[in-house]
Amino acid sequence: MRISIALAALLSLAAVAQPARASAPLSYDDARHLLNRTGFGATDADIRSYVGMTHEDAARRLLDGTPTRANTPPPDWTSASGPLRYPQGGEKASAEERKAFQQEQLRKGLELRGWWVEEMLVTPSPLTERMTLFWHNHFVSSQQKVRLAELMYRQNVTLRANALGNFSTLLYAMARDPAMVIYLDSAQNRKGTPNENFARELMELFTLGEGHYTEQDVKEAARAFTGWSIDRASGNFTFRPFIHDYGVKTVLGKTGNFDGDQVLEILISRPETAEFVTRKLWREFVSPDPQEREVKRIAARFREAHYDIKSVLYAILTSDAFYSTENRGVLLKSPVDLVVGTMHQFDMRPGAPVPFAFAAAGMGQNLFSPPNVKGWPGGEAWINASTLLARKQFLDRLFRADDAGTRMQADAMPTTIAAIPKAVTAPNGAQDDEKARQLRFMRAMERGLASVQFDSSAWFAHLDGPDDAAGRSARASRLLLAIAPQTAHEPSDVPLTIVRQLVLDPVYQLK
Amino acid sequence: MNRREFVKLSCTAPLCAITPSLAWAVAPAGAEYRHLLVLIELKGGNDGLNTLVPYADPNYYALRPKLAVPRDQVVQLSDGVGLHPALAPLLPFWTRRELAILQGVGYPQPNLSHFRSIEIWDTASKSEEYLQDGWLTRSFAAAPTPPEFAADGVIVGSPDLGPLAGGGTRAIALTNTEQFLRQARLAVPEGQSHNKALQHILKVEADIVQAASQLNANYAFTTEFPQGPFGNAIKSACQVIANKAGVAVVRVTLSGFDTHSGQLATQARLLGELAAGIVALRSALDELSKWKDTLVVTYAEFGRRPKENLSNGTDHGTASVHFALGGRVTGGFYGEQPALDRLSGDGNPAYAIDFRSVYATVLDSWWGVSSTGPLGGRFKPLPLLRA
Repeated sequence: MRISIALAALLSLAAVAQPARASAPLSYDDARHLLNRTGFGATDADIRSYVGMTHEDAARRLLDGTPTRANTPPPDWTSASGPLRYPQGGEKASAEERKAFQQEQLRKGLELRGWWVEEMLVTPSPLTERMTLFWHNHFVSSQQKVRLAELMYRQNVTLRANALGNFSTLLYAMARDPAMVIYLDSAQNRKGTPNENFARELMELFTLGEGHYTEQDVKEAARAFTGWSIDRASGNFTFRPFIHDYGVKTVLGKTGNFDGDQVLEILISRPETAEFVTRKLWREFVSPDPQEREVKRIAARFREAHYDIKSVLYAILTSDAFYSTENRGVLLKSPVDLVVGTMHQFDMRPGAPVPFAFAAAGMGQNLFSPPNVKGWPGGEAWINASTLLARKQFLDRLFRADDAGTRMQADAMPTTIAAIPKAVTAPNGAQDDEKARQLRFMRAMERGLASVQFDSSAWFAHLDGPDDAAGRSARASRLLLAIAPQTAHEPSDVPLTIVRQLVLDPVYQLK
Repeated sequence: MNRREFVKLSCTAPLCAITPSLAWAVAPAGAEYRHLLVLIELKGGNDGLNTLVPYADPNYYALRPKLAVPRDQVVQLSDGVGLHPALAPLLPFWTRRELAILQGVGYPQPNLSHFRSIEIWDTASKSEEYLQDGWLTRSFAAAPTPPEFAADGVIVGSPDLGPLAGGGTRAIALTNTEQFLRQARLAVPEGQSHNKALQHILKVEADIVQAASQLNANYAFTTEFPQGPFGNAIKSACQVIANKAGVAVVRVTLSGFDTHSGQLATQARLLGELAAGIVALRSALDELSKWKDTLVVTYAEFGRRPKENLSNGTDHGTASVHFALGGRVTGGFYGEQPALDRLSGDGNPAYAIDFRSVYATVLDSWWGVSSTGPLGGRFKPLPLLRA
């Protein structure tokens, strides 16, 4: 009896300690905040469809029935069967063969970037793409090293399939993902001459985080992954028993003749892993400064739910911290956020998405090619004098005039420099044909950006509310900016001017 | 508030001069940022062995049956080595003893990936260490440039900030000054904010505006700059240097050195562009009376494999030769020519000069700021500068 009273007391205490606002209905600002943090440039209609929902219902709506496959058909070559194409003859390949191989991979890589940007734009579940991108930046591989676009595509498919699934499943899949096997040199990891690259990043960047393992743990774990390789012809994962080290290893205080999966199991069992991933999700969705008590609480749930990703996201998206005033507008938009978000917000449907992937790359986020194994550092590192001007120029160009440019045909869009025909005479007296082609490629990309159409009056017509100059400004500001604008402007009568002023305000770079 | 703003603020207060506890924040006495550094990146990994040619070494001709520079074409500098013929325009620098040749610049446990190795060079990290900030960024954080400078550094012709990447530094990237001034009109710094992310944007906007207010695009040089992208970059660099407010470092990039195939023609063209660019740079700096206060240093992610490949090219290598030039440089050889009879298992030479010693030369000897913090250790400067 006394025990149950104590328990009841505890429970009621727990109820009090629960986020008090979890069941409060979402205001317009709350809904915009939720959708811009979990998607790309929510429209007025998107936002209104969430206003009035409870925090819990809104989180459930975002998390229920998320797709595991992309809507947008991938480039044709992704479904080609048969062996992977390498440069013929490998090391002995002629210069032409190598060049042709490189050009092909470059072209395919650009097509992949365009495909993903398109999917981000049209998906019914922007959160799925956001999480796919999050995991791309967690389990980093780059086409710069992997080279084979096919393998980058397959990795992206795996990331999406598990993006809102189970972290443990995803970790096991990534450890044997062919692009990862190449990227972190697992294929070079052999008994007797272990390559520690994968084992080190596994502990430092994928699971525990720095400071929770020793150099010896890395060395021992590397031995457990010896023999994890890929079959060159199919590009599939393969285990090579002859180069696997079957000896006894000690990892994080546990000893046995472990194989790679058993090491993953040890890492998954550590609380540091759940906390490390939770902290990273916090920085992605909530603020740059994780609250350690909340991280521990949410990470515990993550582990209790056996690393179910939806559970941890639900906990984050219904937390007090997520909706708190001091965490509004404190995150910097990534280049993909800015580019895709702007296109989505203003309903811009490009003739070809590649120039927009290019624009994001110019701002420092080249999809499928993070800078190193740590991924894009994000946060303030997104903004320097070079990237800030690239962002402003992009916005300036998009909103320079109504209906700017004529829509470009998708098939007229060159996807590589090689697709630019050689000129008989190079323009500008450029020194050689290759340079001239590069120049014309960049111009084609710029024309691609100019191909989108924006009709500011039509856009304003879709916004609900009073239709005078001040009313229009206020509504647009509330929709486009996470916090009050930094620059004060006289309310304008010209719709395009209002939009320009808001997107060029520094606050537009925040979410 | 970052350290620079702190310094600016605190120095407007009268206490600044007499409060010893603030002394850490100001550049150490003797910090000489009027000494200009010009970095030239040889992107792609220049082949050092055909840049400074060991024309008397039979191993060289054995490793390079097709690519070796014939002995009679080498611009001989000593009994053993000489310059690639395309670098002949640099001979006057050598004769005046204003050209230091740094042989075998590299680092332990070399990485053969372009991306990773240039990151190691840019951040001055150890081979297995990942650092966020560039080596110059860390140095400027520890010893700020004068606040009136147009910028800490200007990166010409490349969007990536390289050694100036990361937080806090006032780095500007531009292709030409005219275009930059046009773009900079989009930057309108509006006050301050308590929001950290917003404050960061406002600071970067202010940096852009400050640089734009000092830079000009129309200094009338009589120097004729070479045609082509590198010549244009040198010209833009000179426009930047001509600003009155000052800038500590300018980085230009010459791309295309990744010569896996058809190396002979490509490298000859690039080295020719490099030499012509340096000659023009010197001439323009003379017009500004700045050659005596300028140190030019080349760098690259790596050199190339001594043994040529089957495509008339060379693959990724390790240590390589680099140049330091300037009005106060003591010309001559530094380091050691790679021993071609003692290559590693993958066929690459060992390094003779740690690249961080080159950086220490810049920080300790050229600018008079401490290199140990920014470089994460003690590296001995090369004795290549005169007072």
